[in-house]
Amino acid sequence: MTRLISVGVMWIILILLPWWLPMIGGYTALGSKVLIYAIATMGLNLVLGFTGGLSFGQAAYFGLGAYGAGMTLKYLALSTPLAILIGTLVGGLAATILGPLVMRRRGIYFAMITIAIGQLFYFVMVRWNNVTGGEDGLAGFGRQDIHLGPAVIPISSSGDAFYYLVLLGFTVAVAIMWVILQSPLGHTWVAIRENRRRMEFLGIRVERYVWAAFAIAGFITAFAGTLNAMLFNFTSPQDLHWILSGNFVIMIILGGMRSFFGPLIGVIIFVVAQDYLSSVTGNWMTFIGMIFVCIVLLFPRGVLGIFNRRAEAI
Amino acid sequence: MELLLFNAFNGLIQGVFYALMALGLALILSLNSVINMAHGGFLVIGAYLAYTLIPYLGFWGALIVGPVLAGVIGLIVERILIRPIYKRVDPIYSLLLTFGLALIIEDMTRTIWGPQGLPLEVPDIINSPVSEVYFFITGYRLFVMGVTAAAAIGLYLLLRYTLLGIRIRAGIRDLETTAALGVNIYKLRALNFGFGCIFAGLAGVLAAGVLGLTPPMGNSLIMPSFVAIIIGGVGSLFGAVLGGLIIGLAAGVVTTYYPAASEAVIYLMMLIVLVVRPRGLFGEEGLFE
Amino acid sequence: MKKLIVPKGLDRRTVLKTGAALGATAVFSPPILTYAQGETPVKIGMHDPFTGTYAAEGESERRGALMALAEVNKKGGINGRKVELVTEDEGANAGIAAQKAHKLIEQDKVNFLMGAVSSATALSVNQVAHDKGVLYMVTGGHTDPVTGTQCHWTTFRICTTTYMLAAGLAGTLYKKFGGKWYFITPDYAFGHTLQGSYAKLLKGMGGTVLGNSLSPLGTTDYSSYLIKAQQSKPDVLVLLVDGQDLVNCMKQAAQFGLTKKFPIGGGLSELEVLRALPREAKLGWWTLEWYWDQPKTPHVKEWVAAYRKAYTDGSYPSARTWFGYAGLHAIALGANKAKSLESVKVAKALEGLELPPEVKLQPNKVYFRDFDHQLMSSEFPGEIIQDGKYPNVFKVADIVPGDKIALKDTGCKLDYPA
Repeated sequence: MTRLISVGVMWIILILLPWWLPMIGGYTALGSKVLIYAIATMGLNLVLGFTGGLSFGQAAYFGLGAYGAGMTLKYLALSTPLAILIGTLVGGLAATILGPLVMRRRGIYFAMITIAIGQLFYFVMVRWNNVTGGEDGLAGFGRQDIHLGPAVIPISSSGDAFYYLVLLGFTVAVAIMWVILQSPLGHTWVAIRENRRRMEFLGIRVERYVWAAFAIAGFITAFAGTLNAMLFNFTSPQDLHWILSGNFVIMIILGGMRSFFGPLIGVIIFVVAQDYLSSVTGNWMTFIGMIFVCIVLLFPRGVLGIFNRRAEAI
Repeated sequence: MELLLFNAFNGLIQGVFYALMALGLALILSLNSVINMAHGGFLVIGAYLAYTLIPYLGFWGALIVGPVLAGVIGLIVERILIRPIYKRVDPIYSLLLTFGLALIIEDMTRTIWGPQGLPLEVPDIINSPVSEVYFFITGYRLFVMGVTAAAAIGLYLLLRYTLLGIRIRAGIRDLETTAALGVNIYKLRALNFGFGCIFAGLAGVLAAGVLGLTPPMGNSLIMPSFVAIIIGGVGSLFGAVLGGLIIGLAAGVVTTYYPAASEAVIYLMMLIVLVVRPRGLFGEEGLFE
Repeated sequence: MKKLIVPKGLDRRTVLKTGAALGATAVFSPPILTYAQGETPVKIGMHDPFTGTYAAEGESERRGALMALAEVNKKGGINGRKVELVTEDEGANAGIAAQKAHKLIEQDKVNFLMGAVSSATALSVNQVAHDKGVLYMVTGGHTDPVTGTQCHWTTFRICTTTYMLAAGLAGTLYKKFGGKWYFITPDYAFGHTLQGSYAKLLKGMGGTVLGNSLSPLGTTDYSSYLIKAQQSKPDVLVLLVDGQDLVNCMKQAAQFGLTKKFPIGGGLSELEVLRALPREAKLGWWTLEWYWDQPKTPHVKEWVAAYRKAYTDGSYPSARTWFGYAGLHAIALGANKAKSLESVKVAKALEGLELPPEVKLQPNKVYFRDFDHQLMSSEFPGEIIQDGKYPNVFKVADIVPGDKIALKDTGCKLDYPA
């Protein structure tokens, strides 16, 4: 019950964001970015926090989604829903196809193989530059208004309208992830995380479950990527780089990788702190670095872990 | 054919850099169980300290003292930041901590020495081609190979014949038993971390002779070094060196035929190695899984 | 949170500290600096990399802008209102740059935007500025589409196009050394267009391209490209890489002894780069877009002196410093001419606007073209002085007026709102 109330409160806060964020010195695009990154990291956390696979190349699927959406708008058709659909499919299918390479590995090898795949996609985007724009990034496309029968949602001109599209996407993604985690599939993931060998002995085809987690995470991050491309009508190879993958992982740990909404908290802290600190001090990197160090030394369960004493007792 | 030979040799030299970096990383990873994302930071520290010391000590003095100071800073960092997290089993925490550390080091370097690139002057004796025809064999490159070989052999002798080395090797194999036999593993791990940072600092000074100094200079070398370790196999120092040489060679050969893939190829190689030999060439089962 | 950038105290750290301190108090107390009582100041938002690979260039641009800011405010600001500069670090990351552009527009409510070192950030902010209808003065970022195929009515550019960079030097190299050239080109839009322009110019003069190696941005090892270049035995080895990449490439060419075998020429070089070169790599023919040592040009000496007085770290102003300086002045000139802060009106006023001698700091006529918003500033081709100690590192051979070498057909169609 308390959970339901707190989730409800969170949604009301998010719905009212375009109204209160500017009043406390923020801007709506920052809110959109936080939600987009939250979708991506919560998707990644299905693998990282719930299945126990250290995926360090998730930005690849984020970036593939972004390029898929951007190239659809630029070369194919002026349609926002189509761009989202194609981008999500491109990134998600890539993760699905590559999943078998990843699913057998564990620990640091899991991390390195996902990095390897991610970097390969990164170099494709950099090198295939007459189509992707290479190092300069993909520009020259714009998100399009959405037509619902006679009604037009003006997301092309209004940042607030686009924010609500992102919030809708966030809501749908969260609902899907919640349902999956409550299903036998989700419970099996957690069991694999806790004791992979036992699950193997029980005759569970562990690898298939890891594959499923990886593929679903790929679709969700790619979906976030499509929204990210349309946020600034721009995408670049930096959206596929392992540094962004690393940042995703860090945001998750920051918030708490064992909890469902942990990544959201981590994203808020990371994105807002970087945005704010880099405006007020030239030494913002030091402060961000210190946040990481302090989290590891003092709050290893992430910020949400502070409130969860039981988890802390481990 | 001649071009292939040129590029292969050249790639091998590049591989020496990766190997030197990878050796330090592998030391720290094996005994300290730390995925040291700040390794590029210690590289930068070594290089900038050497740059600062050259007016006082000359190039040769700075080449020794710079890396040693990087090692000392490594010892301090280990004591304050790394030691408290040894008890965490999940390697993700060391990754997060050292990632933060890397940011701090880069930022501090920029604050102290400024954002602009600085030249590291190399003595003329080692700074010209050795042969007219094989002009790419420069004195400096031979020098880099020599120093790296000396450092690797030095490490080998240390590990093989000294008590400290034997303890380090024992610790890599089985830390609990080593501790039970009365070895102070905290001291052991601290020294080992320091050694790793010395290797990073040395790589930094050597790289600065080719690349010049900038605060983010370590970032481009760190990922290939991890790749070298994975290809060589976690837990094997020899594997790390071999992995570094292999990816350098591969990048060199691919450059001859298809330059566009020269960076992608090392990741492709890692992918193939991991598919065929899941734990790399010399890796052991069970480490970091 | 308001960040007030104080026009005096030009040192970066003090400004930032003051900014932070003021930021903390701004919520509770009225701004300390008020120009005309009751008038809100005019705000110019600047994005540039102050961290990462391009930090030195970004810092130079910021310093130039701060110098211009002090002068503009001394002379009565914009339309009688005080001007403020809000700076944001984007680390040459295009996504962050777009985010910061939104922040500057939506949160800081800036009237105009300026900045960019990397072409990618120029392109991403170009898009944001156009979506928001805010005038954007690109300081660095040379890639052609900014005032070419992706030009917008909102965007003006100070630095020259890649084509102009090539055209500024090609003739000199051809006449001096001959027509067989080998290129090492960075593999992204800037490099491609620069190499394309060079190749076109070279063929036009009757020369041949012996080969072209594409090197990725951030390459640390250039030996494989240098090996290929050496085998082709060129009259000139043309290095089109820039920034830290150029430092690496030059150092390696020197260590291979290639610099003694054939002349080295290039595209863009910058004072920041020349400073980082060790002695053996200090040579070759390059183009700068501005140089501090112009004994015959009025105002330059005074300006350099003013810079040296404000920044006592031993540095000299570079082309980047001038970009920032000219960029902020241009915005002020345009707004004062338009007697408005509306981007459309200021943009119209800037078209064809000529920079006065104390701003342009070079002998030739410098003005914004009306059909693509590209500033017609000069190129400074010349030779690196090998034994020169910073800042005496470059010998300017010629100062080529921009409108003599710029392409007329850039593919730009300005899209003013109807």
